[in-house]
Amino acid sequence: MIGKILKKFDDRFLKSEPRTGDLYAVAALFDTPDEIIHAAEKVSGSGYKRFDVLTPYPVHGMDGAMNLKPSNIGWVGLIAGMSGTSLAFLMIWWMVGVNYPNIFGGKPFFNLPASIPIMFELTVLLSALTLAGSLIAIYMKLPSNANPLMDTEFIKRVTSDKFGIYIEAKDPKFNKDEVEAMFKQLGSSSVSFIHEAVYEVGDTKNPLLNTKFLGALIGSSVITVVITYLVLNVLLFLPPFNWMHYQAKVLPQSESKFFKDGWSMRRPVEGTVARGFIPYEFAGMPDSMVVPTPNPLPVNQKVLDLGKKRYDTYCSPCHGFYGKGDSRLRGQFPVPPTLHSEKVMNWKDANIYHVITNGQNTMPSYASSISRDDRWAIIHYLRVLQRSQNAPDSDLEIK
Amino acid sequence: MSLDATYTREIPLVEGRTSFKEIDDVIAKPTETKPSIKWFIAIGISSTALLIGAVCLGLTFWYGVGLWGNNQPVGWAFDIINFVFWIGIGHAGTLISAILFLFRQKWRTGIARFAEGMTIFAVMTAGIFPAIHTGRPWLDGYLVPYPNQHGLWVNFTSPLLWDVFAVSTYFTVSFVFWYIGLIPDFATLRDRTTSGIKKAIYTALSLGWRGSNRHWQHYERVYLILAGLSTPLVLSVHTIVSFDFAVSVIPGWHTTIFPPYFVAGAIFSGFGMVSTVLIIVRKVFDMEHIITINTLDKMNKILLATGTMVGYAYAMEFFIAWYSGNPIEQFTFINRAFGPYSWAYWIMFSCNVFFPQLFWFKKIRRNIPITFVLVLLVNVGMWFERYVIIVTSLTRDYLPSSWGMYFPTMYDFGILLGSFGLFFTLVLLFAKTMPVVAMSEVKAVTEGAQPKHKHE
Ligand code: HEC
Repeated sequence: MIGKILKKFDDRFLKSEPRTGDLYAVAALFDTPDEIIHAAEKVSGSGYKRFDVLTPYPVHGMDGAMNLKPSNIGWVGLIAGMSGTSLAFLMIWWMVGVNYPNIFGGKPFFNLPASIPIMFELTVLLSALTLAGSLIAIYMKLPSNANPLMDTEFIKRVTSDKFGIYIEAKDPKFNKDEVEAMFKQLGSSSVSFIHEAVYEVGDTKNPLLNTKFLGALIGSSVITVVITYLVLNVLLFLPPFNWMHYQAKVLPQSESKFFKDGWSMRRPVEGTVARGFIPYEFAGMPDSMVVPTPNPLPVNQKVLDLGKKRYDTYCSPCHGFYGKGDSRLRGQFPVPPTLHSEKVMNWKDANIYHVITNGQNTMPSYASSISRDDRWAIIHYLRVLQRSQNAPDSDLEIK
Repeated sequence: MSLDATYTREIPLVEGRTSFKEIDDVIAKPTETKPSIKWFIAIGISSTALLIGAVCLGLTFWYGVGLWGNNQPVGWAFDIINFVFWIGIGHAGTLISAILFLFRQKWRTGIARFAEGMTIFAVMTAGIFPAIHTGRPWLDGYLVPYPNQHGLWVNFTSPLLWDVFAVSTYFTVSFVFWYIGLIPDFATLRDRTTSGIKKAIYTALSLGWRGSNRHWQHYERVYLILAGLSTPLVLSVHTIVSFDFAVSVIPGWHTTIFPPYFVAGAIFSGFGMVSTVLIIVRKVFDMEHIITINTLDKMNKILLATGTMVGYAYAMEFFIAWYSGNPIEQFTFINRAFGPYSWAYWIMFSCNVFFPQLFWFKKIRRNIPITFVLVLLVNVGMWFERYVIIVTSLTRDYLPSSWGMYFPTMYDFGILLGSFGLFFTLVLLFAKTMPVVAMSEVKAVTEGAQPKHKHE
């Protein structure tokens, strides 16, 4: 049943002659390459312009016989190829030299020798694609399935084993009888008259309107669209397509299944000392037990600048910028005493160091946030504050 | 451009005085008749192989590349071996259709179309391997320099990226070349067919080609330029593949001989595969007088030449290892020939260098069964060449403490089998649906196809 219906469709559009439209051309078939060359010379020599020779393969010498200018399509390839080279050069130069410079193997950001392979590839790519595209669309003006020659007995022979020539009715010199006589005299094996095809609405004579073909085309495009959608929007977000969001690692606050104790980090061996974290020898001891050591840093601009920076960052919120106990914490934390007290003024540097490192009552230890050198620098700066805030009148005396 | 064969006396390319109609009949026959039982058996086998490969690949997607034998230190194994193997096979097609075209080797016409088709299928097969080798193939889009949310570009100094460009350009250009060549033949098929659906398909594919000489004129020029473009392209592709190795610092890889050595090997393996398939196809489709013994004879000569070049490269690698005075290089090559993978080395050496020497004898070159065995050995040998290069260098490089052995798993073999399945399935479908010989080109070189007197 289905086979019968399909057969009917086949019959309908494979039958394409006789046609009823206006005369399009007079066409003649020849059997040998020599004959067709001769015919082409004769036709072009007689001054016809709108004619063409159709052959199953390129026949040598035909361009000369038809009086054709040499093809200039080579220039298209050359220009496209050169654009490919320069586009590749510009692309790489901009991407790695300007937009996101990145060091690879200690080479310059934009590195010409390494760019040459890609420049070459893009030259070939652009040249080949442009050539093919312009050959088909511009030079040959294809696709042109509506050409009246299509589906005639004439074209069926010239794509297989015969050599054909035709003169269009639109040629200014065209005269049906004259042309026919000329072809006959040239020894044509068959002369035919090609008429324009008249398509009616809903006509299936156009082979591309074949239902099976169109059905398959529409069907496959629908399937492609649906599959593409599902792949890009659904499938790729199912396991195992994880996008590196999920990895076999222990996240914070979760238990390690690997180690017995459930910790993911291993504790260092007992007694390990990390670099820059030499333990403080008076940790946890009262102030009185501190054996004073002198401040190891010299007093100079650099150290004082560092000290000011660290003091302003770490100490000033509670102690105030001048150490006067004018906390900026608005009562959220016990206000510390002034650092200009007799006690602190007379303290050795090591005692202040002890307070910073060890903390004192409500003041926490800053050992973990301020490095040792920074602590000593803060102390130098604190001495500067003490000196400047308690300047005696004698400073005004001219020495 | 005109092909002129008068400069040398040649045996006719197409045997007997075949008429154009007969050429069409023979070449179009597979596309017009119901497939034979032989064809069904063949595609049954190849699609089974393809299916096995697909299952192995699916499992790899699911569980990850841990299913493969790849390990530390052998991070590149079957995936890259297969990639290089198939991309190498893909080189014969363009060589035959472009380089031999430029050299006016008219005997190429009978096999060019088929070889081009094989190029395309081989490159498609090859393309799968680097993609799956990344482990997360769904992220392969990152290989393309596009403006992405990371604001990052690809590393243009890496040979692996050059490979991305080279292989995709090669595929595209080969495809265009192939399609341009097919247009006139599609038109012939369009005008022959009696089936509606085929008529529609060939009409769409032939774009309304009429065989107009005003078209042929530009067409031939483009064909020539495309051949000119493809010639350096085909040489560049395997050169860049060899850079993947040569630009690294692994002993046995870091050598300047790699580019020419790889190109010779690629042509060698490609011709091996083309011969293998053609010997079968000319039998199955009765094309003995179009794909003639003379053609196979010439292909065997090329095999002999390239096989000898490959042999020279093997010898030169040893010489340079000794001459360089670099103990690590020296060790690597001694290890190749006499280490734990020496069996692979000697399979490679005998299949690629020793057996093809038999092609010096005309009797053997023109003997189809022996040729068939020898070209099969070439395929085996060239696969082992890549195995030897990759595995021996990686298992034992600089630090003996990090040496290791490599053992492929059944998934590796499954995917290798699947790659053959994919390739042969595509070849068989191609042979069934498209003209496997360029009809218009063969017609142009038959006797009496060109005018007797000059018309320039
Ligand atoms: C969180 C607020 C806070 C910060 C920050 C802070 N301190 Fe204190 N500090 C206090 C309080 C509160 C006391 C008083 C502790 C007590 O009751 O003995 C104090 C006491 C001291 C004392 C002893 C004063 C005394 O008379 O006993 C010194 C010295 C001192 N701080 C130095 C520093 C230095 C140097 C810094 C910067 C590294 C610093 N503090 C940072 C709150 C702070």
